This record gives sequence, C-alpha cells and structure tokens, in this order.
Amino acid sequence: MKNKKNIIYAAIAIIIYLLIFALVETGTASRQLQNLIVPVLVNIMLAVSLNLIVGFLGELTLGHAGFMSVGAYAGCLFTISCDLPAVIELPIAFIIGGLTAAVFGFIIGIPALRLKGDYLAIVTLGFGEIIRSILNSMDIVGGSGGLKGIEKSGNYTVAYVLTIITLIVISNVIRSCHGRSIKAIRDNVIAAESVGVNVVYYKMFAFVLSAFFAGVAGVLYGQNLGIIKPATFDFNKSIEILVMVVLGGMGNIKGSIIAAIILTLLPELLRDLADYRMLFYALALIVMMLFSSNPTLVEFRQRLFAKKEGGK
Amino acid sequence: MALVDIKQLGISFGGLRAVDNFNMTLEDGQLYGLIGPNGAGKTTIFNLLTGVYKPTDGEFYFDGELMNGKTPIQINKKGIARTFQNIRLFNNMSVIDNVKVGLQNRHHYSMAAGILRLPKFGKMEKEMTEKAMELLKIFDLDAEAEQLASNLPYGKQRKLEIARALATEPKLLLLDEPAAGMNPNETAELMNTISLIREKFKVSILLIEHDMSLVMGICERIIVLLYGRVIADGLPDEIKNDPKVIVAYLGE
Repeated sequence: MKNKKNIIYAAIAIIIYLLIFALVETGTASRQLQNLIVPVLVNIMLAVSLNLIVGFLGELTLGHAGFMSVGAYAGCLFTISCDLPAVIELPIAFIIGGLTAAVFGFIIGIPALRLKGDYLAIVTLGFGEIIRSILNSMDIVGGSGGLKGIEKSGNYTVAYVLTIITLIVISNVIRSCHGRSIKAIRDNVIAAESVGVNVVYYKMFAFVLSAFFAGVAGVLYGQNLGIIKPATFDFNKSIEILVMVVLGGMGNIKGSIIAAIILTLLPELLRDLADYRMLFYALALIVMMLFSSNPTLVEFRQRLFAKKEGGK
Repeated sequence: MALVDIKQLGISFGGLRAVDNFNMTLEDGQLYGLIGPNGAGKTTIFNLLTGVYKPTDGEFYFDGELMNGKTPIQINKKGIARTFQNIRLFNNMSVIDNVKVGLQNRHHYSMAAGILRLPKFGKMEKEMTEKAMELLKIFDLDAEAEQLASNLPYGKQRKLEIARALATEPKLLLLDEPAAGMNPNETAELMNTISLIREKFKVSILLIEHDMSLVMGICERIIVLLYGRVIADGLPDEIKNDPKVIVAYLGE
C-alpha cells in the first residue's frame, strides 16, 4: 500500500518534469513563463523548508530570507572563485550554501530555545535585516550593487532535482519518529519532555534543517539569475515565504507547494493589469485564505474531495 | 531495596514553603495514594519527582540512584512517567502517534534511517505500530487510533494520557487525578484499568486523587498532605479513621 503510494508520487514527479521539458524545449511556453520555472521551484523549496519551523515545530520566524541570502552568497562566491566543471562545481556549491545557512540556523536556534512567539519573530526579523545590512556594506561581495558574474548554470533540471530532494527529505523527516517528536513539541512542550522528547535537540534540528534548504534555494536562485543583490533578501521576501506557508496551511507540505506556485506566478501573470496588479494580488490572497480556512468552504471542499479521500 | 526513597524533600517558592520535610518509601509494585485538600502540594510533589521543579532541600532516590537536579528527560529515561491534572495531549496528532511519541523513548532509529528509509526504519515503525495498537487495545482506544487526539471525548483523553505514559515503559507511574471529571461508571472502569496495568506492566503507581471511593478501593497505602506537610501515612483503614485527616477534610 505504502509502496504503491510512493510509485504514484514518483510517476507524478516524472510526468511533471516531462511536461516542463516539453513546454520549454518545444517553445510552447512563453519566454516569460520559462523564466518563471526556476523561481517557482526556488519558492517551493523555501516554503516547504519554512513550513518545517512554522508549521511543524510551531515557531514563528521572519528571517527565512536571511538564511537564503547567506546560502546564496556562500555558494555563488564559491562558483565564481572556483573553475571546476559544472558537474562537480554545482553540487559542491549547493552543499556549501546549505551548510553555511545551516550554521546560521544553529546560531539563530540558540535564542529560539528560550524565546517564544512574537519575541522569536522579532529576533529572527532582526537577524534577517542584520545580514542584509552587512552584505550591503561588504565590498568584497559587491556591496549594494550585488554579486555579479555568476555563471547561469542553475537551469530547470537542476532546480527540479533539488526541489524533489527537498520534498523527499522534509516529508520523510516529518513521517519518521523525529518528525513526531517535532510535532509533539509544537503541541505541548511540557508533555513532550515528560515522555522523554529531547526538546533542545529537536528544536535545533528543525532550525538547522530548515536553514540548510533555504541556503540551497538561495544558491539556486543566484545560479539562475546570475546576480544576487542584498535588497532581494529583505523583510518582504521573508513575509512572502511566510504567506505561502500560511495560505498553504500550517504543517501541510502539499499546500505549501500549491501556494508557492500560485503566489509566484500570480504577480507575473497579473502584470497586464498594470496599476491594479497589487489590488488583484491582495484580492487573490483573501480568496485563498477563505478557501483554506473558512469553515463553510472547508466543508464544501471536503465534500468535493470526499470520493477521493474514501478511495485512499 | 525500595524503588522510591524520598528523604526530607522540600521546596520553597520565595517565602512560601510549598512542600516541607516529605518522606516516603515506595516498594516495587506498590500502589500508593497521595491525597490532601486543594493546594496541599500534591502536584508540586509530582513536579519535584519528575524534575519540573528542583527541590531546595532533601534527597530523592529512585532505584538506588540520586535523582536531585536531573532534567525531566533524564528522569523519564530512568523510568518515571506521569500524567497531568489538566490533560496535556498532543492534540493535533493522531491517537496512535501520541502513543508512538511515548514509545520513542525506548525505540529509536537514526536520522539517516528516517530520511533514507533504511530497512531499520520499516522494522522499527512496524514494531512501534504493533506495540502502540496493543496498548490502545488495553485502554479500549484501538478503534480511534487514527483520530485526532483532540477529538476524543474527555474520559478517553485521560486514558490516552495514561497509555502514552505507559508507552515509555516506566517502573513508576505518577497519575495526577486520573478520575477528575469522570462519572461514577467511568471511575469504576478506570479502577479496573489501573489494576490491570499494574499486573500486566509490573509498574508501581503513585496516585493523586480526590475521589475517595477510588483511593480507598485500590490504594495499598495512603499518604495525606496538608499545607505541604505529611499529616498521616498508613493503610487505607488507618487513614479513614485518623482524626487529623478528618479534621483536615471536614474541619472541627
């Protein structure tokens, strides 16, 4: 039964890849849409990794763009300074970016062990802004002008593989005993301790793993765009990722994926509306929010999918 | 040697002496009752025994080992599990997952096994599912295994909490008012369940309870607390007729 499900997921993953491949290679998709494929995948990685902290561990952080930028700069500096064939260079760059972000995740995890709710949100918000300011004033990495001349080797195949890896790792962690411990901490810290869940370890682990994938996503972003600027990784970016997680549903990985896709494509597709773009974007957010949490609509949706759920 | 040996345990919160000079020995397999009026310090003693509070003085030996200053996690690993007066379940997790979190105390596999789905993962998860279902069956919760814990009725939530505590395979189980809010039928049923798990799991139990029929019915010894001090310690019949206890409960 379980294997059957895995095979279905694998099949879906391959079909989607072939679809993207076909759209891009035959030129059916517009140039604009083609350029959006990697950003969508980057955002999926960011949203899913943030969901680990916000949805599963139950801590609010507003510094995810900070982890992303640290990873992006570390990984992209490596590819610039190094002259290896892309096959070797890229995986190393992703690992370096991920690990650097993970180290920062560890550092941010330390106050997270003592702070809760709004307080942690403020600390992480500060962290993100500090990182951005430091990068802004560092001339070695191009200051506010950004880091230029990155090889554009992060194509959609690389992005797709990384996204799948992220999804597999995070959903496997969630459905293992380690994921149960993380969720137990979210639901009741005192009870979790009373049954021997190592709260310090698992909180730290969630922060480090989440930061790692944010870092990898950052490298991918840089490798795709060819240039990274500190201004990209500002407070708005963190909020944007958080909105994806909240709209997709806390602790819902599939929801995060869908929300990331819609919220990345929407602003671009609404570009024709010019001045009214942000108005429609806001409306779309409200509609999505109602759809995901309004009791009547949730019931309607459940009835709609009742047949599918029953067949499981 | 006694399983639990508490010598002159005490804790102060500022100027308030919550527990003072608490002595107790609990033999292996014994069922001890801890009673007293509201605010007597019963739950504080539970919190001292499970490491939530650090005692300001006295010693607490468990299985011959000094437990003072150990964290709740270490104490749980040594074999003490508890339930809470105000139910603390993992509400957004399924009933079976609640029990599995408890089982994880003794059943563990590495992070790598979890992420890469190594054979150890499948083996362990299967073992845990079987054990969890076994436990749920004892508490008559097996039909609700996949439900969210928060959707269970009150009485069943209490039972699930006991099941989760037992899943950590404790030597000593601390039950904090297990019958609170239950009707007489449920209380009677709970009494049977407690007797059953005592035999089946060979676990010693320390029980806080206000329901006297339950306390007198199943406890082998009872200790009575008033304003943080022990006023009586003895067999149920002795306690029932102890003038100091009667005064504490009913007034003069």
